[in-house]
This record gives sequence, C-alpha cells and structure tokens, in this order.
Amino acid sequence: MDSNAVVIGASHAGVNFAFNLRQQGWLGRITLIDSDPELPYHRPPLSKKTLQASEAVSTPLKAEKAYTDNNLELCLGQTVTAIDGEEKVITLACGRFISFDKLVIATGCSAFIPPITGLDETVDDAGNNQYFAMRTFADAKAIKNALNSSRDKQVVIIGGGYIGLESASSFVSLGANVTVIEKQDKILSRVTSAVMSDFLTELHKTKGVSLQTSKDVVEIKHQSNKHIVVCGDGTQYPADFILVGVGVKLNTQLASSAGLEVEQGIKVNDVCQTSHPDIFAIGDCTRHFSTLYNRWIRLESVQNAVDQAKSAALFIAKNQQGPSAVPWFWSDQYQYKLQIVGLSQGYNELIVREETQEQFSVWYFHDDTLLCVEAVNSSKAYVLGTQAIKQRVSVNKSLLKDTATALSKTLLQST
Amino acid sequence: MAKVIFMTKTNGAVEVEGSNGSLMELAAANGVAGIDGDCGGVCSCATCHIYVAPEDFEKVGAAEEIESDMLELDDNVTEYSRLCCQIEVSDDIDGMTFVVAN
Repeated sequence: MDSNAVVIGASHAGVNFAFNLRQQGWLGRITLIDSDPELPYHRPPLSKKTLQASEAVSTPLKAEKAYTDNNLELCLGQTVTAIDGEEKVITLACGRFISFDKLVIATGCSAFIPPITGLDETVDDAGNNQYFAMRTFADAKAIKNALNSSRDKQVVIIGGGYIGLESASSFVSLGANVTVIEKQDKILSRVTSAVMSDFLTELHKTKGVSLQTSKDVVEIKHQSNKHIVVCGDGTQYPADFILVGVGVKLNTQLASSAGLEVEQGIKVNDVCQTSHPDIFAIGDCTRHFSTLYNRWIRLESVQNAVDQAKSAALFIAKNQQGPSAVPWFWSDQYQYKLQIVGLSQGYNELIVREETQEQFSVWYFHDDTLLCVEAVNSSKAYVLGTQAIKQRVSVNKSLLKDTATALSKTLLQST
Repeated sequence: MAKVIFMTKTNGAVEVEGSNGSLMELAAANGVAGIDGDCGGVCSCATCHIYVAPEDFEKVGAAEEIESDMLELDDNVTEYSRLCCQIEVSDDIDGMTFVVAN
C-alpha cells in the first residue's frame, strides 16, 4: 500500500509543504485537509487587494489544476477532530478516519475575539454580524459587503497592529471614516521601535485616520443602527461596523490532545519534527529554536510558513536538513512599502538612516551585531540588511550614518 | 491575448496563455515550476525571477528601482533578470520565451 503524508491545514505552510514534498520525490499519497472551503489563497492580499478590488476575489496560492497535476488530494471544508499518534490515524468531523505515515500540522492561528460586553450583539437589522476579524477570505468578503452597504462608511478598528493598520489604509482609499483604537500608548508598540511607530502614526493621521491610543474598549452599545464603541475613559466612537485586530489564538488544540509538546506553540526541532517522530508542524502554530537569535521563537509570517514547509519536505522526502532561514516581513500601507528583515527584540543601539523623508531605514544593533532592518520605500536597505544578517557580517556604522555614502556592499565588513 | 513559454529547470518548456494580470500570476495559475510568488505579487520576495531573451528585453523593459534592488537577493541575477510579478500580461509579450531562474 502507498504511504500517505497527511497535512492538516492548507494555507501558505500546508500547501507549500505538499508541493515541495512532491517536488522532492515523495512517491506516496499526499492528502491536504482544511476546514476552509475556498481553494487555498494568499492571506496578505485580504486586507488590501480583496478589499479594494471592485469585486471580492481571492488570490489562489496555486491553480486547482496544479493540485491534480501533482497528484495532491485536496479535502476542503473538512475539519479534523482528533489525532491518534500511536495508531497513526486522524479523525474527521464527518466521521471518516485517515491513516498516515507522516503527519504535518499546519493549523496556524485564528483571530482572537476578546470578551467585550455587547460585541456579539453587533448585528444589522437583518441579524447579520457587523463585527469582523480579518483572517479568511470569507471575512474579507463580509467586510467588503458591510462597507458597501453601510450608510456612513464609519468604521472602528479595535487594535493598532499590522492587520488593523493595513485595513485602515484600504478603508481610507475606499472613502471610509476610520477610527483605530489601541490599548498601548503607541501603535505596534510590541513589535517595533518608537521611530517606526511615530512614522506610521503620522502617516495614518495625515491620511485622515483617527488614532486613539491608551484606550481600553469596555463595551459596545447599540442604538439606531449604530454600534457605539465605549472606552474605559468614557469616550465613545460610533461605527457602522467593527473590525477586531487584537491578536491571535494558536490552533494547537489538536496537537495538545495528541500529547505533543506544546508551549506557546507546537515545539519543533530544526527539521520541524514535533515530540512525535512521524508528526511534524509548520507555520504560525509552531515554536522553534533560532540559532541566529539564540532563543525559542514563534513567527507569524508567510516567509516562515514557506521556509518551514520546505525544510519539513526536504527532511521527510530525503532525510536532509535545509539551510536556516532569516525572518522577513512586509506591510504595504498607502503608497509606502515597509520591508523588515530580522527581529529587533534585544537591541541596544538604533541607527536611523534617512535618504529622503519618504525613504528611510531603521537599523537595530546589539553591540556590533545587526539584528534587524526596517526599511520604508528603501529596498536597498532591506536587501543590504538581509545580506549582512544572513552572512553574519558586520556593518560599518559610521558609513551607515553618512547618507553621502550610498547603501551598497561597501558598508559590509567581514569579521 | 498572449501565448508565452516558460523554460523551467525541472519540467522543460511550459506554454501558457493569458490576457491580463501579471506574468507571475499567469505562471502560478499554471503551476510553472520555479515561480513561487510567495508575497502574492507585490515585489517583496524575489521568488518569481526570470530571464528575458536579450532580443525581447527592450520591449519588456528594465526593472524599476525597487525591483532591481530586490533582484540582488538572488545570486543568479543577470542584466536580463526581471521579477515577473512586475510584468503585465498583454499582446506586447505574445510569443516570448522566458527562462525561469531557479
């Protein structure tokens, strides 16, 4: 009988794993399962392209034909309810059992919806939900409908993170009135420096977004077709609909119930193997030890999903270990392209390099080690930072500070 | 409508046909090996690297600044390199052959 590789979760991680496993020469069956009925799609465009296009369309990761051509079995709209690691079998909600030789958990995260009084009564006259997360194509489609049918295009976004800010940028381009409410005193305070936070704050304010920081949402009231977002300090913000972007909850329940080691993410080794030798985990739901940063990390990014997918596929098909990856991220807001390489946590020196007001980069160092570069409309800085971090070479700080010296490899020095 | 050929490293020549969108989207929709398009086509990942034939290069045009910077992430970059998410599918590229870089 053919051996079967089963993948739970068909988003960036799961789909890339399946294609890579086939490419690496796996001859057995490959079964991809996801509860989302949609043909697997790119998630980052949901807050941008999907919202802004005249009609809500998804951006498929691969064409339907590509799954058939590669002999990948796609089970969409199916939910896995249990993993039995000893018998090596999974159970679907429909009652079906699927045996596996290798199992890959790529279940990702779901949007965290905080328990705010009155939030779940945020509905329109017809009883349709008027509060949303931005996680799935169905979410983006529902948000687009809500915006199109809303009377005043008045939107309140709870949470000033990347999802909230990218959505704000799209809503503004569609003529909406947008208020963003953030608990911390700065937007993105947990993930970036004050420099970047201040830049994005100014940017969104200039575009007409009302940014309310240090505000705790305590209740949603409902009156005459409006939903009133009430904060702890008594301030109130009326909305036609509400977008909630306050973080995620990890989809690790299946792994925990199967007895796998889970600690703020499913713990995996360098080849994405869990504490069970035939069960692997990849993407947002995992935590791995980064040799680059010398600590356990969990990443929510397309890059990490794709790189872990490749790494697990290479190991399962060929018993080989892939190269270690450098984390990178991007965020497009208005006409600005923010590109990030590395992780800034633990920096003790920061250099801001401004080419022009609209083009600059923030370089995070721990002593002489470059940890991270955040580049705004400056792909040169992003690429140079990537090379420095990947090759572990140091950057000449005085040349970096001198904008008369162009960003080029002359700034890199071998150690 | 444009018919183009991708020369891939693993699957030989693949002929595809399209009338709009980017060349990366067309390649991804047809499962062309070596064109990943991880970022969904916003010039952020450099995983859709192709070589344009020298005789077609003028017609296709050179990369803009962001794109050529991003191309430097790939060791195999040449003067005929482009990221195909930045090339529109149109009659202008009908009949061209692109070599997939990776």
